[in-house]
Amino acid sequence: MSIDLSQFFDVFFEESFEGLDAMEAELLNLEPGKEDSETINTIFRAAHSIKGGSGTFGFVSVSDFTHVLETLLDQIRDGQRVLTAEHVNLLLKSVDCVRGLLGALQAEEEPDLSESNELKARFEAILGGESSEPTGTEENEVVSEAQQSTTYQIDFKPEPHLFKTGNEPLYMFSELAELGQLEVSAFHDGIPDFLEFDPEDCFLHWRFFLTTTKPEPCISEIFEWVEDDADIKIEACGGLFEDDTLDAQDTSAEPISNQPEQPVVETPANTSAQAEENLAAVQKKVESVKTSKAESRKANDSTATSIRVGIDKVDSLINMVGELVITQAMLSQIGDQEITESSIAALQEGLTQLAHNTRDLQENVMRIRMLPISFVFSRFPRLVRDTSQKLNKQVELKLVGEQTELDKTVMEKLSDPMVHLVRNSLDHGLETPEERIANGKDPVGTVTLNAFHQGGNIVIEIMDDGKGLDTEKIRSKAIANGLINEADDLSVEEVNELIFMPGFSTADSVSDISGRGVGMDVVRRNIQALNGSVEVTSKQGVGSTFTIRLPLTLAILDGQLVQVATHTYIIPLISIVESLQIDISKVSKVGKGLEVLRLRDEYIPILRLYDIFSHQGAREELDKTLLVVVESDNYKIGLLVDDLLAQQQVVIKSLEANYQKVDGISGATILGDGTVSLIIDISGLIKLSGLRRPGSTELLVDLKGEEAEPA
Amino acid sequence: MIDQVEVNQQLMFDGESDEKQFLTFMMHDEEYGMDILAVQEIRGWEPVTTIPNSPNFVRGAMNLRGTIVPIIDLRMRFGISAIDYGPLTVVIVVSVQIKEQQKIMGLVVDAVSDVYSIAEEKAKDVPDFQDSDNAYFVHGLVNVGQKMVVLLNLEKVLDLSDKSGLKG
Repeated sequence: MSIDLSQFFDVFFEESFEGLDAMEAELLNLEPGKEDSETINTIFRAAHSIKGGSGTFGFVSVSDFTHVLETLLDQIRDGQRVLTAEHVNLLLKSVDCVRGLLGALQAEEEPDLSESNELKARFEAILGGESSEPTGTEENEVVSEAQQSTTYQIDFKPEPHLFKTGNEPLYMFSELAELGQLEVSAFHDGIPDFLEFDPEDCFLHWRFFLTTTKPEPCISEIFEWVEDDADIKIEACGGLFEDDTLDAQDTSAEPISNQPEQPVVETPANTSAQAEENLAAVQKKVESVKTSKAESRKANDSTATSIRVGIDKVDSLINMVGELVITQAMLSQIGDQEITESSIAALQEGLTQLAHNTRDLQENVMRIRMLPISFVFSRFPRLVRDTSQKLNKQVELKLVGEQTELDKTVMEKLSDPMVHLVRNSLDHGLETPEERIANGKDPVGTVTLNAFHQGGNIVIEIMDDGKGLDTEKIRSKAIANGLINEADDLSVEEVNELIFMPGFSTADSVSDISGRGVGMDVVRRNIQALNGSVEVTSKQGVGSTFTIRLPLTLAILDGQLVQVATHTYIIPLISIVESLQIDISKVSKVGKGLEVLRLRDEYIPILRLYDIFSHQGAREELDKTLLVVVESDNYKIGLLVDDLLAQQQVVIKSLEANYQKVDGISGATILGDGTVSLIIDISGLIKLSGLRRPGSTELLVDLKGEEAEPA
Repeated sequence: MIDQVEVNQQLMFDGESDEKQFLTFMMHDEEYGMDILAVQEIRGWEPVTTIPNSPNFVRGAMNLRGTIVPIIDLRMRFGISAIDYGPLTVVIVVSVQIKEQQKIMGLVVDAVSDVYSIAEEKAKDVPDFQDSDNAYFVHGLVNVGQKMVVLLNLEKVLDLSDKSGLKG
């Protein structure tokens, strides 16, 4: 019986890509001369399982290529060869190459073999160079054996019912290969038309060239079991492969080696390989169908991605569903009883429990979508290594907070902007080692990626200790581009903000300012599309920090319902520090009508919500209202509301989908009674109210000074 | 077989080129019409949630079976004096493509009137209203019996980001 192997393809691809990621990560840990055997083993194992898998599924191009890779790794592992930087680079390139091959195969396309052949040749050159030197006696024996041996031509033409007798030609071929060096050609001219094709019959026949020192009976012995079911001819012929020592070495490790350049050479694994052969014969007819299938599959791939979830998360979900079922059973039992005082109490208790269970379940389901940010971070060591080599800079990459969890959809969209920012830091931010030494800095520059949670947001900082933004040049460039006027009096922060303007993204305007600007507007746009923000702080000669702020998840939030006049708003619970009644004696006025409350050595600016949102009929007396102290972007403000209502979880709905962005509002939700309520966006509110970020107005510089104690 | 296809095509073609259906509604004793294919449903007026700092013609947002839909008072959009909402006041929920985005919005009008089949070519061009900003919203004028109906260009009426129309 034949098994449809294609059902395992997805698993194979997923595992292989994971294996490649692991290889890449370990390769980056390798330092020539200081390699430890565990690392090499990990790389070797990954390469080996990719080779094994691709061999099983008939992806010859991949298995061939990983074979040479594996041979090299094997020699390094056995200590026969010393690892050099060149090897690491070559191995890294081959990881990319295998990734490309697998990607093409996954999309059901013909993989481009030019790169793999080139790399393979380089591997073989390394391996070949080695074999000519007398390093391993074993290899020499193989070579000498090959030279003394005779070559046999074996024609093997089985009857169609070969498989039904329980014979597997592949086993025979491996046995043959054990005798010496084997080259196999398969002939598929006997394959009938597709309609008459019986997948359980064998239509192939093979020709072998076996170079061996063993006598002929050893060969015929292998075919003993199929003598009656096949035409077998064994003939000795001239030494065909006498000088081909390289191949000899190849096949000593992997019996049936195929050359991708010779498409006739085949290793049929089972009948499904035959089916493939046959498909090739009728390929012309179905080609159009196939391409469209490949296209549709490609389209599917982009939308339907899978997610790997830790078993502990799944277990806890199952537990919770179990509890839910128990609660449900309890409730229905109560429902069957007659209604009495005590059954109502039990019912209420049951409902509380149900609410509890539902909430736990919901939290856990949301957690499934959360993945550690190391999924994004892990690609940067490689990127930094390659880029810094190219730029001749010495860079140390520090990763902090890799375990910070983030919604998967957000993560996928975060990766590109981050790559851009890191590349910018390397290219334009960090100086060359000479410049750094001249400036009295460590010649090795540092790029730090730092991720942490803050309120309902995840914050990712990309810091470099390079030369920082050149404010003067940005300013003059902005004037030249007409973005600002000569007369505009801009603070340093405002000037630095200019790099996010679309006009700054043209290539030539960037190369001569301190860099920073190629597509920065795109970075900002991408991040804003995720409801996030990106900012830059920089000090000339000291470094720059790009800060990305993103909402953790896009679906549900804990909200505090508040009343302002007749309107109900929702404040994200996570940003609320405390709610209090105002002690009028501690309120003082600062500057342009801004009121601040002195609260335990901190000055909290008071924002009147009704004022900002232009609502009539709210309570205006400070002592009759409530102040909700919220924290955003590391500083606190107080929101004046009429009353606090319930706390509840709300499902975030988009207001923008059918309307437009509203300042100070992050979204909307539907309350229990079906009415719409708006969710307050604290940082948007701060901007709306005219309280600017620290540094840009005098007022806040003062406040900042008051708040300087550790947050 | 082929004849049938041709006949069908002709029928379709005729149907399309000849007449389009328009839903008409009343506002300030004038009759306005909009393409009926844009209309999703017609609802009675119910209180909405105010959106802060929105233009005065945006009444607020409403929950339409889980979707947040902005409600626009068409009187105010056109600069006609507001009236109190009564039992006849309706919200026409329309779905319109605005800048490559399909948006659902509600329009508050005095009352719905009728559905007319109107041939597109019968619609007359808008006379040159020199002083009226509202001409911008008008797609054409058409006579139905004794009455005149103003056909609206919904894309322009509902494109809130476009300031070239009315100023407040």
